[in-house]
Amino acid sequence: MSEMEPDVRAVQAAEGLPAQAGPPERRLGESLHFALRNPKLLIGGGVVGALLLTGLVAPLFVQEGPNVYVGPQAQAPSAQYWLGTTNFGQDVFAQFVFGLRSTFLVGLVGGGIAAVVGMVVGFTAGYRGGLVDEVLNMITNVVLVLPALVVLIIAAAYLQARGIALQGLFIGLTSWPWVARAVRAQTLSLATRDFVDLARLSGRRAHSIVFREIAPNMSSYLFMTFILLFGGAILIAAGLDFIGLGPTEGVSLGLMMHNAVTWGALQLGMWWWFVPPGLGITAIVGSLYIMNVGLDEVFNPKLREL
Amino acid sequence: MRRYLARKILIYALTFFVAVSINWLIPRLMPGDPIRTMLSRGASGDEASMERMRAYYEQTFGLDEPAWQQYLNFWTSLARGDLGISVWLFPQPVTEILLSAVPYTLALLLPATLLSWVAGNRFGAFAARSKWLDNTLLPLGYVLTATPYMWLGILLAWGLGIVAGWFPTAGPYGFGSIPGWNWPFISDLVSHWFLPFASLFLVAFGGWAIGMRNMIIYELEAEYSTYLEALGAPRRLVRRYAFRNAVLPQLTGLAVQLGTIVAGALLTEIVFAYPGLGNLILEALNNRDFFLLQGAFLFIVVGVLIANFIVDVIYVVVDPRTRTQMQGSAA
Repeated sequence: MSEMEPDVRAVQAAEGLPAQAGPPERRLGESLHFALRNPKLLIGGGVVGALLLTGLVAPLFVQEGPNVYVGPQAQAPSAQYWLGTTNFGQDVFAQFVFGLRSTFLVGLVGGGIAAVVGMVVGFTAGYRGGLVDEVLNMITNVVLVLPALVVLIIAAAYLQARGIALQGLFIGLTSWPWVARAVRAQTLSLATRDFVDLARLSGRRAHSIVFREIAPNMSSYLFMTFILLFGGAILIAAGLDFIGLGPTEGVSLGLMMHNAVTWGALQLGMWWWFVPPGLGITAIVGSLYIMNVGLDEVFNPKLREL
Repeated sequence: MRRYLARKILIYALTFFVAVSINWLIPRLMPGDPIRTMLSRGASGDEASMERMRAYYEQTFGLDEPAWQQYLNFWTSLARGDLGISVWLFPQPVTEILLSAVPYTLALLLPATLLSWVAGNRFGAFAARSKWLDNTLLPLGYVLTATPYMWLGILLAWGLGIVAGWFPTAGPYGFGSIPGWNWPFISDLVSHWFLPFASLFLVAFGGWAIGMRNMIIYELEAEYSTYLEALGAPRRLVRRYAFRNAVLPQLTGLAVQLGTIVAGALLTEIVFAYPGLGNLILEALNNRDFFLLQGAFLFIVVGVLIANFIVDVIYVVVDPRTRTQMQGSAA
């Protein structure tokens, strides 16, 4: 699925990576030029931005907490309760906006940690080579084969108190392997280029070569990787929450679905309880993916349709 | 060939070792005391009986022995196929409970994975570079892969099951049916199977279609495609070559995605109360049955490893390049 695309593509793209095309300001200006004319990027970014803004701002206007029993029970959406109420009289809209907040948080923490771990492992393995590469590659392959969600279930089951940041940390620590593989493949191909040899001859340190010479040449790719990880972390978190291993305090979109199914919202026809949280997740992750296609077109001249 | 497969087997053996170690380590590393958690289930005010229960549990879990001894014991009992006794369905052995759930999970997982892979590849190759399909249906594909498995399941169960009433929404078969090889029972079984299968299929389908579409575009840009076109080869022929090349990364993708698809199947089972491993995990969590939970974990890991190995073998069979390379190095 879409998570594997960059992995496969990385190897191919690595062969045709541009070795610094033009001065950086001009490249940036050019990217911006195409970015502002790319409908996929604009629509995707717009949806994600709107939902992020909702998650940041709307909770400020919710008077009571998301789990407080505020109204009548099991009410359909109305002017007072925009998304109706749950079986217990909680405001679904309040839960939804607070849930958006935790969804973005878990994506940021999980995606961020996975990106950092994946890049560190990938750069080290690709640049150092030899025994280090062998060992790191072995570790990567092992973690890659282990089904992440099931490992997370086992880990989360033993925790008495679970927070969103901790969930993000765990997700980050299990979902980095494909990034490491892709980054390693690109690093391997870049490390033999002339400009890297030159930097090495001039006596620069390894980490400075990696960060100043190699990483900038794949910066667009790294950014897109982070976006995919962000979306992936959100989906994994939603799965964990749905099984009932969500945050013990607070609310999340996955937890809303868990509660809706547990308390028979399906049988009672209370669609306003289970449609918004899933729609929110789908909209965020789907827009991120579409945004990524747009970014790909912006950064990769071959894909531009003009 | 032998070296390639031997290396893969080494990785899988290592993964299995890591998985078993994780399984052993996690309960011991986590904050909190699993025995106290268990005791709180049957908590009574009587200090003396609590103390006796504590001693009993420590002894059955072997927690009174040194750590390395516990670790060895864990492996020995595993080698005997002993995953402990379930707390939830006492006194059934965990292995037995899991084995009875595996067929249901496989019945969902195998057809959904294989069919979505084949159909997604076909469709993605078809949609690539045709402007109209690309711009209308591919966003749909992205939305499908972005859909949480359980949410699509919930929507289907509600829309087609409860509102339209076309399909039953819970269980493997109706309460009134008697299991047997007769037509009414089989159709009942299929009608219960269909919705979870469909939701699993749809989410996976979107992902494969997009992956294939992107691969085909890359292949059509490759030099051999341009060369073929320059020679005046018909469009269909070029596409066929592109497809054959693009299928290989998709096969690797299948191996990489197995974990995600299995997770999706577990979540889908929970929505439809389908009695596979996912439902067992839920019951294990609700009943704090850690033996069952950890047994399910090992079962799933072993299943994913076996599936990965099968994909590896298929890859060797399908890709002539790896085969000749390997024969060359062996000769």
